[in-house]
Amino acid sequence: MSKALLIARREMGAYARSPLGSVIVAGALLIDGILFYYWGLSQKMLSAEVLSEFFYAASGITMAASLILSMRLIAEERQTHTFTLLNTAPVHDWEIVLGKYLSAFGMLTILTVLTLYMPALIFVNGKVSIGHIAVGYLGLLLIGSATIAIGLFASTLTRSQVVAAIVGTAILTALILLWMVAGAVEPPLNQFIAAMAFHHQNFQPFQKGILELKGVAYYLAVTYFFLLSATKILEARRWR
Amino acid sequence: MIEIRELYKYYGEARALGPVSVEIDQGEIVGLLGVNGAGKTTALRILACDLLPSSGSVRVDGIDVVERPEAVRERIGYLPDVPPLYGDMRVGEYLAFAARLRGVPSQDVSRRVGAVEELTALTDRHDDPISTLSHGYQQRVGIAQAIIHEPKLVVLDEPISGLDPVQIVEMRQLVRQLAGKHTVLVSSHILSEISETCDRILVIKDGQIVASGTEAELSARLIEGVRVRLTVRAAEPAAIEIARKTLGALDGVRALDTRDTVDGLTTFLVDTNAEVRPSLAKAIVGAGLELFELARVEHELESVFLRLADPGKSKAKEAS
Repeated sequence: MSKALLIARREMGAYARSPLGSVIVAGALLIDGILFYYWGLSQKMLSAEVLSEFFYAASGITMAASLILSMRLIAEERQTHTFTLLNTAPVHDWEIVLGKYLSAFGMLTILTVLTLYMPALIFVNGKVSIGHIAVGYLGLLLIGSATIAIGLFASTLTRSQVVAAIVGTAILTALILLWMVAGAVEPPLNQFIAAMAFHHQNFQPFQKGILELKGVAYYLAVTYFFLLSATKILEARRWR
Repeated sequence: MIEIRELYKYYGEARALGPVSVEIDQGEIVGLLGVNGAGKTTALRILACDLLPSSGSVRVDGIDVVERPEAVRERIGYLPDVPPLYGDMRVGEYLAFAARLRGVPSQDVSRRVGAVEELTALTDRHDDPISTLSHGYQQRVGIAQAIIHEPKLVVLDEPISGLDPVQIVEMRQLVRQLAGKHTVLVSSHILSEISETCDRILVIKDGQIVASGTEAELSARLIEGVRVRLTVRAAEPAAIEIARKTLGALDGVRALDTRDTVDGLTTFLVDTNAEVRPSLAKAIVGAGLELFELARVEHELESVFLRLADPGKSKAKEAS
């Protein structure tokens, strides 16, 4: 575990040293702010509805930022040959994957915390509960965590960050669109497919401030599945 | 220190390595010599646990690389052909990261970083970003990260690749300095590097070790017969012809080549099956010719290597 934290710390340093981290955070905050103003402040809605719209918009930004943060994690290291340092050090593959994941999740957490001023504005000027804000942010972190895991998995498949981004986007899009597939399938299979949808059924409760354990379990399961898959890919690469 | 038994590595259907069986003792500096694509990097990557073998066993310090790779990695320092350097980090910061990654206790990290920086002459570069260093200094940082945890085995893949002549000399000295404390395995396709820095040479061709030994042992084992250079005072065609017939008629002479005639002296190259220098001298003097010089010609390691690694190229070179 200490090796995973060591790798995470180095990665966080890399985000801080390169313009990448600040550009992603600044870009996400800018888009978040514009959408918040457009959907939240320029229309007549109840405070809770404004907050719900904010979390809906923020979930999209979070997914996009998570993919951009994670697409480079392994692909860039393999492209620049630095992955050999990790691969030949006494470090388990799961520690490499966990360290990389934690670094991107750390950056996402910073980004997410920096958006707090927007719900704070609603809280001060309107009438929303702290619980709604807390649950919404938990949802953002969970959907971001699962997206980072998907992006990290895609990053283990190729040396090219662009290809990793395309693969990650394809997996994410397929998972998001499952709710549409569910609409075209007969019961009871439709319920299962709808439950597997990445955003629709699983994120909406968070958006409304309702904490449902199935949503928490879903995002944690997706995170675990793709981190495990990424670890297995790294193990398999040693045979090539 | 290293025991390799019947090692094979396949990439798909293509055999990249094998069968390879070799042992390397503790403290040895061994050179792995071969042309590009011979299997050097594959062999070193397997030793460094970067790649798994298709079959066979590889043990480092008695530990199997497949069964306990983490334990093997603790004992190995590896510099791949492209140094694994984070350009955005400073030299000291990077080495401290590598030390912690390789399990150096926190309280010893600064001491180890200082020690390897001194050994690799990087002390003045401690705070420099790695991306601003020259290729030679980056190679030094690569070696420094490989020895930061005082491994028993140091594996260096083409460490002088891309270095200028001054840097090559410095790198050789650095590799020699590792002797004693570490077992060192160095790969290269450059003969002079291997012969000047290593105690023993393993010649690899098409994924197999085709020869092993010191430079002298390889020369003695692989070069058939003796080549003698003989200079006779003979400028006239008739005298040269007498010398040719005399030498060609001797037992044990396989081939005779008349080289240049300069200042009344004609030189012959005589390939023999055995040591026949006394007979050559007697025959020339007996034919009434004046023997000016008689010397055994040492085959260079390069010709041995070419013969082993690339017979076609070797013949072309000899013909020229």
